Formats: sequence, structure tokens, C-alpha cells
Amino acid sequence: MTWTWLIGAVLFLILAPVAGGLIAGIDRRITARMQGRVGPPLLQPFYDVGKLFEKENVVVTTAQNFYVLAYLIFIALSGALFFAGGDLLLIVFAFTLAHVFLVLGAYAVHSPYSHIGAERELIQLMAYEPMVILAAVGLYMVTNSFYVADIATTTIPAILYLPGVFLGFATILTIKLRKSPFDISTSHHAHQEIVKGITTEFSGSTLAQVEIAHWYENVFLLGFIFLFFAWNPIIGVAAVVVTYVAEIFIDNVTARVRWQAVLKSGWLAAVLALANLAILSYMMLGGV
Amino acid sequence: MQTLLFLILFPILVACLLLFVKQTTLRYAVVALSALAIGGASIYLLIQYAFEGAVYFAAPSEAAGLVMVAIEMGLALFIVYMGAKFKNYLAIALAVIQAALVVYLEISFPENLHAVHNLFIDQFSIIMALIVGLIGSLIAVYAVRYMETYHHHHPEVRDRQKMFFFVIFAFLAAMFGLVFSNNLMWLFFFWEVTTISSFLLIGYSETEEATKNAFRALVMNLLGGVAFVVALIILAATEPTSGGIDLARVLTSPDAAVILIPAVLIGFAGITKAALMPFSSWLLGAMVAPTPVSALLHSSTMVKAGVYILVRFSPVFAGTFAGFSVGLVGAVTFVVASAIAISQSDAKSVLAYSTIANLGLIAACAGVGTYMLVWAAILLIIFHAVAKSLLFLGTGAIEHRTGSRNIEDMEGLIVRMPKMAVMMFIGIAGMFLAPFGMLISKWAAIEAFVQVPFGLVFIAILAYGSAVTVFFWAKWMGKLVTVTRNQERVEKGFFEESWAPLYIITGLVIAAVLLFPVISSTLIEPYVLAIYGVTALLPQANVAIMLLMMALLLVLPVSFLLFKRSAKRLPVYMGGRPSTPDLHFAGSLGMTREVQTQNYYLTEYFGEARLFRPGAVVCIILILASWVLAGVAL
Repeated sequence: MTWTWLIGAVLFLILAPVAGGLIAGIDRRITARMQGRVGPPLLQPFYDVGKLFEKENVVVTTAQNFYVLAYLIFIALSGALFFAGGDLLLIVFAFTLAHVFLVLGAYAVHSPYSHIGAERELIQLMAYEPMVILAAVGLYMVTNSFYVADIATTTIPAILYLPGVFLGFATILTIKLRKSPFDISTSHHAHQEIVKGITTEFSGSTLAQVEIAHWYENVFLLGFIFLFFAWNPIIGVAAVVVTYVAEIFIDNVTARVRWQAVLKSGWLAAVLALANLAILSYMMLGGV
Repeated sequence: MQTLLFLILFPILVACLLLFVKQTTLRYAVVALSALAIGGASIYLLIQYAFEGAVYFAAPSEAAGLVMVAIEMGLALFIVYMGAKFKNYLAIALAVIQAALVVYLEISFPENLHAVHNLFIDQFSIIMALIVGLIGSLIAVYAVRYMETYHHHHPEVRDRQKMFFFVIFAFLAAMFGLVFSNNLMWLFFFWEVTTISSFLLIGYSETEEATKNAFRALVMNLLGGVAFVVALIILAATEPTSGGIDLARVLTSPDAAVILIPAVLIGFAGITKAALMPFSSWLLGAMVAPTPVSALLHSSTMVKAGVYILVRFSPVFAGTFAGFSVGLVGAVTFVVASAIAISQSDAKSVLAYSTIANLGLIAACAGVGTYMLVWAAILLIIFHAVAKSLLFLGTGAIEHRTGSRNIEDMEGLIVRMPKMAVMMFIGIAGMFLAPFGMLISKWAAIEAFVQVPFGLVFIAILAYGSAVTVFFWAKWMGKLVTVTRNQERVEKGFFEESWAPLYIITGLVIAAVLLFPVISSTLIEPYVLAIYGVTALLPQANVAIMLLMMALLLVLPVSFLLFKRSAKRLPVYMGGRPSTPDLHFAGSLGMTREVQTQNYYLTEYFGEARLFRPGAVVCIILILASWVLAGVAL
């Protein structure tokens, strides 16, 4: 019994917020450049979160702190499971649990804005869940394992077998990164018609926790992208960078769509993945 | 064998006794004590036979067989009488056809209608007996006080409680008989008793709607019953190769092609009883009955009989196109019913659609029938039974206290009825969240379908279905936990006794998660091993992670102590207008206006009107396909 899995989990728990914050900083710089601005310092996200922790503790109801804390803990736990090389399906379901906690926090405060945000968050969840499950199944079909540890060390170029699945996953990645055109429940930009949606009533350290959870999740998502290219780590890292920059680009050139479009896009992405998997399983049956 | 006979006969005895008990207190005592005896006996059964594998008993055949046929004919006459009284000729026709077929069977194949062993017990039967014995009898206990209040609220309904409790206990007896029968004639007899019992319970209030829905349930289940008898006739006619009416012989028959047709017919009976599409409407109509009846039908009896028989026959279905088709009926039902659940705001309707969906999932597992899927199906049966009974009983209690079972009216339940809200929360979590039971089974099902040829169809359906499931449960949960202001607690006043079953079942939901590795290794895995020669094993690491998550969930509420009252409280943001904590804001012209929040139901996209018909059509085609495919295989 090796303990390497534990190292992965601990490293994730410690380093992911740092990496996630840096990515957010880079994101803001690139976004600013695309908009012809200079942009904030690289470390601005850390300053922001640090400042949030110093804010006065203001709540609508005490229960909101509980749900947000649970959200943070389960996001961190699921991500840790991922980097420990655990079962991909279990990780996906653990993430769902975490998001449900965030939604419940928004419900608990009983506010019109966060209520709409919560409903939309659930629609987002419903939109991306099939695709995430199919991505896990696709990686299984190629590598014969649901374990991240096995998928990450495979010598098979999964992306060549799963181009449709990858494209589908990239589509729902936009939802998960809370980027336009799919940022319907809350947004990084200050132009939301529903104020800050699901996070409207969270402030101070509670809001900081939501932000940190988001960093954790982004690192996990990029890790998921990496799995498609895991046979060659250099290409893998390059692919992650390219995908992320593409997401920033899409974020800046598109406007927010209605929830129907989000749901349709997410489900059609899953159909694309299904078509890919159907061809793949046909090939495997045929002994190709 | 005494324990088995006790479990079948004792509830009948209690049922007869309850026909003479008028006073509620006395009835409560009788029901509670019998529940204790039945629950105790089913646990004793577990201890006695858990490690024995399948055990068969001869049991007296001649006399019992005659009594059963006599009762069956009596029930047929009763249906004819009721059908004539309410002018439902379809029910009469089906009852007559069924009775005629039974007579034909008895006359034509008298020598083939003997099983060496009439009764048996194995791990799967033990699990079913525990569900019936523990959950079923807890529901009965709850029902005593519930019915008292029910008649209080509904003075227009004729008080037929004596009949009501007679039927409830007869129902439990029939369920025990059903899961212990190795003789398919016996199994069919108990099968019919459950049909009639549900008919009587659904029609309890004697309103026009209740009678109509009771007959709908009756007709659909009789349809399944007819298919069942036809299957019995085929089995009896092909006795030498098929094994006749001996369940164990049929399941191990070397001639797979011969038994596939009866298996598909019995599977059809299972589909009707488990209320899969297109027969789901009887279970929805059954909501008119008092809530304990719904709880009973949905969790521990009736529909569980349907999936029980499907899972029993899944070794026959395994690897056949007919079985695949039956599985698809379940899968389509799963996704369509889950989607319709989004559009429902009546709590009982949501629960009903979710039951139909989960039964569909179980049927999907049973129809495809690989060892891992059977493992997942049995796990689903267990977790669904505990969580769903809790949710129904909870909804009943809430309705009695607040006068509504609309989910919108459950807003702020955490403030008004905190204990109830926490129990409902746990019940709902049990239905869809990791690390609770249903999710474990879904997860196992996905891993199992990956390894099946053409399993991708099921994976696709599961992926969409579980996404939809998250949506409708989470928004209900959200309503429960909304912290509303200026509302008083209304928890007190509900009869204290009724809470005991709720507490126990809540405990069972949690215990099922904590103990599921044990349940799996002592009961489900040996059963699967005995039939398939291989068994599903849970990776230890994953079990550990699930338990860790559960422990975290149990510990997390402690964090409430961390953020004690120090925080400053502000009213919610209302576009910058001055607002109050109970969602009022200062509007224009000095008016105070109120804001209300409502969940999304997306009726336009997920409404019954839009989805039911296509789903039903697809399922009818699939059912017909399963018959054709079984015929072709012959």
C-alpha cells in the first residue's frame, strides 16, 4: 500500500487555492488586455479575498454560513479525491453534493435575487451533469478504469478517441467556470441583471469562502481537461492552457444567453459526446 | 419454517382481530404490539437464515392450495360484484377471464401443479421480508393516529377504519407470502391479494375520484394478473423442461428459450404492478388514498412486489434481447418520470413520479440482469423503501399540521416545523445525494452498464435522468431550508405517538448508509454469488470515502456553534429599497409591498401533457417488442 495518493490530496488542498488564485489573476489580466485595459495586478484576487476576510460579519441568517462552509469543504474534498487518483464517478457526485449546498445556502437567505440565482444554478447543474458523467464514461471506455490514477498514467492518447467528448466537455466547462455566455446564475462581471445572483446575500468571509471554493473547482476542472491528454504531459499542459485561454476569449466575445439556451447547449454537448461514444463502442465491438 | 409461517399467518390473525376493534387507543395498542412482533420476527428471520443461503420447505400443499383457489374465486366474485355496482365492465371482464384461465389451468394440468417445495427463503427474500416487516409495520403504526386525525379533518368520509386496518395487515401478510413462495401458484395467489388490497385502500374515501382511481389500479393490475396466469399455463404445459410452477426449477431450467416467454409475461405483470409506463397512472391516481396508504404502496408493498418478481427473473432475462427490451421500458420510464417530476408542485405527486422513476431504474437493472446490475437493483430496493416511506409519512404529517402538501407552502418549514424539516431533508438527501443510498446504486449501475453490450443507451438515459433528478429534489430541499421570518412554530399538537415511526425510519435511512457495506457483504453479495457464480465487490477505498463523507455530513452541523450570534443581521437586498426581514419593501407612493419567491416548474418543457404520451408510446412499443423477441428466441 503506497501513500502517494495522500500526497496528491494534500498537495491539492494546499496548492490549489494558490494556483486557482493565480489563474484568476492571469484571467483578469488577459481579459483586460482583450478589452484594451491594463488590468489589475496579478495578485489582485488574493488582495480581494484577503480584504473580504477583514470585513464586518454581516448575515441575513446564520444558516447561510453553514451551507457555504459545507460547500467549500465538499468542493475541497472532491478535488482532493481527484488528485488522490480516486473514482471519477464518485468525484463527480461529490461535486454535485457540494453545489447543492451552495444552492441551499442561497435558498436559506430567502432573498429574491439569490433565489433566482439558486434556480438558475440548478438549471446549470442540470445542463452540465449528463456531459460530465459521459466524460467519465468515455475516459473509462478508453482506459478501462474509472480511477483518475489509472487514467492519468495511461499511454493511450484518449483525445484521439474522444474528440466529441472533449468538445462537449469544453462546452460545459464554460458553464462551470461561470463564463459568458453561460454565466446565468452569477458572474465575475458586474453587469448581471440579477445583481450577483446566487451570491447576492453572501458577504465578508462567507463570500471569500465561495471564491476560494471556486478556485479549488477551477483547478479540478483543468485537471479534468488534462486527463484527455494525459499520455503526453507536455501536450497535456499546453492543451489546458489553450483551452483556458479559449474560454477567456469566448467569455469576452459573447453575451449572456437565456437559461433555455444553457440547458439546450449542455444537453446537446452530451448528445455530441454520446455520438462519439456510440462510434467508439461500435469500433470496439468490431475489434478495431 | 415456523418463522415464515408466523410472518404470513400472524398478520392475518391481527387483521381479523382488528375487524372487531373500534376504539383508537385499543387499536393503537394492538397495532403497535403486532408491529413489534412482526418486526421482531423479521429480524429473527435475518439472524436465523442470513448465513444459510437458499433454504426450501415442503409446507402443506393440498389443503392450502384448495383454500387459495377458493379465496381466488371469492375475490373474482367480489370484483364482479364491485364492477357491477360501479358499472366498470372492463374490471368484470378481466376478472372473469382471469378466473376462467385459473380454472382451465387447474383442470388441464392437475398433475403439473405440484411443487416439491412450496416455501423458501434466501437472502433476497430476507431483505424483502425486512422491508415489509420493519417499514410496513411502522407505517401501520403511524396510520392509526393518522386515520384518527384524517376522519377529524374529513367528516364527510365514512369511518371504515376496521376494514382499513384489516386490509393493511392482510396486505402485509400477502407481501410476506409473496416473497416466501417457491410455488408460483402460491405466489400468484398472494399477487392477486395485493391487487385487491390496493383496490380497497385506494377507494377508501368512497368519493367519485377515489372509486375511479381504485378501479384504474384494479384494471391495470388485473391485466398483469392475466399475463401471469398465461405464463403459469405455459409453464405447466412445458413442465418437463421448464420446471413447471416450481420457481427454483424454472430459474435454473436448462431450456432458456422455453422459459423466456413465461418470464417476459411475468415480467409484464411486474411492469404493471411496479407502475412503469404506460401503467404509471394507477400509482398517481392512488394518491387520493390517505397518506399511509401511499407510503405503504410506494415503499414496502405493492410496487416492490413488481420489482421483486423482475429481479427474481433477471437471471432469465440476462443476455437476451427480450430482457434488454424490458430493461429499456424501465430506463425510459426512469427518465420520463424524473423529467415530469420537475413540473409537479404537489409533494405527493413529486414523490409518486420519483417512485415510478426509481422503479424504472430497478427494472432497467433487472431486465439487463448482469450480476452487478442485480446487486445495484437490490440496493436500490432497500434504499428506496426507507427514504420514500419517510418522505410520505413526513408529507402526511406536514399536511395535517399546515393544511397543505404543496411544496410552495413548505417554504420555511425549517422555522415552522424544524424537526419535521430535518427529517424530510434527510429523506430527500437519501433519494439523490452522495453518499446516500440511491446514489450509490446509480453509480454502481453506471459502472455496470458500461460493461454491457449496447449498455450505452442505458448510460445516456441514466446521465440525463440523474441530472433531472437533482433539479427537482434540490429545489424542494431549498424550500424546506428557507429561513422565513415572523412565523411561529406549529410542530406541537400533532399526535406525539405518530412521531415514533418517523424517528425510527429517519434512523433507518442513516443506518442504511452506515451499514450498507455490511448489508451488501452479508446479504446481497452472497445472493448474487449463489446465482451468477460471481459477485459484485465494492472497492474498499470507495466505501471508506463514502463513510468519510457521511461522517462529515453528520459532523458539519456542529459548525453552527462556530458562527454564533455575533454576526450583524441585515434584511435582504431588494434593489436598494428599504426592506424588512419578512420580504416587504418600501414601494413607490409610500406603499409597502411584499415579495414572494417561487420555484421553477418549467411546465412548458417538462409538463405531464408534453412528456407522458410519448413516453407511454415508447414503452408500449418496447413491451410488445419484448414479447416478439421472446417469441423469436423460441
